[in-house]
Amino acid sequence: MAPTHVWVKRNLFPSLSSGLLTLVLAGVIIVLVKAIFNWAVTDATISGTTRAACDAGGACWTFIKVRFDLFFYGRYPSPERWRVDLALALVVGTTAATLIAPPRWQGWLALILLGVVPAVAGILLVGGLFGLAYIATNLWGGLMLNVLLTAVAGGGGFILGVFLALGRRSKYPVIRLFSMLFIELWRGVPLLTVLFMAMLLVPLFMPNGATIDNLLRAMLALTLFTAAYMAEIVRGGLQAIPRGQAEAATALGLRPWAIQSFIVMPQALRLVIPGLVNTVIDLFKDTTLVSIVGLFDLLAVITQAQKDQAWLGMAREGYAFAVVVFFLCCFGMSLFSRRLEHRLNRHLRY
Amino acid sequence: MALADTAVLIARQPAPRQQRRGSFRAFAWQGLFLCALALFAWFIIANASDNLAARNMNFGFAFLSQRTGFDIPFHVVPWSTADSYGRALWVCLLNTLLAAAIGIVLGSLLGFLLGVMRLSANWLARSLSLAIIEIVRNTPQLLQIIFWYVVMIQALPPPRNGLALPGGMILSVRGLNMPSIEMGTAGLWPFLLLVAALCLVPVFRGLRRRHRAFGWAAPFLPALALVVVLLSVDHLDYPTLRGFNYVGGVVVPPELIALVGGLSLYMSAFVAEIVRASLQGIAKGQREAASALGLSGAQALFLVILPQALRVMIPQLTNQYLNLTKSTSLGAAIAYPELVQIYAGTVLNQTGRALETMFLVMIIFLGINLVISGFMAWYNAHVAIVER
Repeated sequence: MAPTHVWVKRNLFPSLSSGLLTLVLAGVIIVLVKAIFNWAVTDATISGTTRAACDAGGACWTFIKVRFDLFFYGRYPSPERWRVDLALALVVGTTAATLIAPPRWQGWLALILLGVVPAVAGILLVGGLFGLAYIATNLWGGLMLNVLLTAVAGGGGFILGVFLALGRRSKYPVIRLFSMLFIELWRGVPLLTVLFMAMLLVPLFMPNGATIDNLLRAMLALTLFTAAYMAEIVRGGLQAIPRGQAEAATALGLRPWAIQSFIVMPQALRLVIPGLVNTVIDLFKDTTLVSIVGLFDLLAVITQAQKDQAWLGMAREGYAFAVVVFFLCCFGMSLFSRRLEHRLNRHLRY
Repeated sequence: MALADTAVLIARQPAPRQQRRGSFRAFAWQGLFLCALALFAWFIIANASDNLAARNMNFGFAFLSQRTGFDIPFHVVPWSTADSYGRALWVCLLNTLLAAAIGIVLGSLLGFLLGVMRLSANWLARSLSLAIIEIVRNTPQLLQIIFWYVVMIQALPPPRNGLALPGGMILSVRGLNMPSIEMGTAGLWPFLLLVAALCLVPVFRGLRRRHRAFGWAAPFLPALALVVVLLSVDHLDYPTLRGFNYVGGVVVPPELIALVGGLSLYMSAFVAEIVRASLQGIAKGQREAASALGLSGAQALFLVILPQALRVMIPQLTNQYLNLTKSTSLGAAIAYPELVQIYAGTVLNQTGRALETMFLVMIIFLGINLVISGFMAWYNAHVAIVER
């Protein structure tokens, strides 16, 4: 480690032009950071419970404090919110465990994650069984909805994506063509049109009188959309597995489905874990689009909370809060993904 | 016997028993799959036609010639409420393409700047770029667009005391009012512009070949082109305040500014990472050789490193451009009149033709995708290394 003044000279003032750049950038950064800091901390208010408490001229965090539960749970009844906490902890915990577990256990954990956890979480959230009160989905909202949509579309999209990836490499031309068209169709249109389609066209395609819950329709749209992207990532992993692996398995007398599920797929999936996590991060960010088609995710709840007569003009505070929440979640996930990638590469170096 | 003949003979031999059974099985599986697919399609179509019949409607595009009666607040080509739905499709498609085009250009420039900053020797520039990239990449695009829109609407002054910018531009809550270029009368200007373009052809050809084949004309032709262009301009129409709004000039609405700003900033973070990775991918020896030849840092970047890095970048940039084009649909959230907002929103609600409007919107996006990937594939082939 070089002494400080050497480091400063080398990294901040290596030449005249670079030194000038440092000064200009430092000036801009100081002015901006000071303005933001003054607004968000120095002049901000967090005490009190009404708008009248905010008279310091800076940010009014009282608004966030008062509406905090609404932003996280929507209108989910407060005595039942432990169910949301438990269900989301279960989903997030099992997912993380599956990703970091030793390879030997990953298969079992993945089966639990995709088979058991959704059922348990679903019963917890919806209720109506085992003495849990039934909670209608139109009460669900806030950040919980973003996490839930990500979990459902991520899990469902993964399963469907694996099949589509296999289909795209199938030796049967009909299945290959279908998989290709399916993937390219979803990848070619914006997510928003897919959501509009789920909201407006699905009722048209149902037999007379039948309806599907709004939330389920959004889940369906997000799942199909995510499946197309995940399929391409899984296909990349499949392509990276040498043909010799499948040939050796054939020579040992394994059936085709056994070759795929015990030899090729485990290796391919382990290769593409970072790519899958990145898709999930994108998915999490994209769940905000459901606010345009009338679901009350975090973004929609914040937009609606500003229209409250008692809290008019809280747009900056609300959206700044959303930015911080999303940034923490996504940045956390991407750090996690980078560590996974690092571990994976270390494993390959042996 | 030649090797090829042997191969033909082997190929002509009757398939062994195993393979024939396999082909029957393949046939059965694919047939079954097709049947299931057809059944599903039949189910959907039957339900849809039942539902349409119940509403006394049928599938068709005749409504495209009907009069709309609604206003599209921002349009590049003339629009009136008496125009048809077909015309509305064209108007909002142009709005979508306008936002995408500006966004792609701005986002590429900003992304390139951020990417080069990431590799700077200056620690502050490097860190600042990294901070911007991480913040932008890890927040939802829709949130960013809405944030910019709301903050901008709150911060900008009313038209009464609009912010005067250099060049006669005025920024207010109504958007950015810019002077418009009024072309000369008598319809002579298209001809003059054509002459100007013709003047510039040898300049571009010469630049591309990297040698000054056009000799004496080098300084003369661009100047001539400029004079011809200026001749075709009649006057500039400056925006002036009248009542509560501005008249004259052209106005860029705040929705477009927020949409383009949000889209291009978001894309630039991804472009920056692509630029950084592909610049780093160029062998160090190239830069050293360039500086040994006496090229400056900027010269080495633009003449040696970048042309090589471009080849690596193009497929990834294509993806980003496609993403941005699709993301223009987020304009629907801030009421920018683009394809999804107008067609999947206003037109669908007014006509009730969900199937037709969604079909049109999706087909158009698929078409745009096809055109952009086609163009980038052509460009990619154009800059690819020519090997023996």
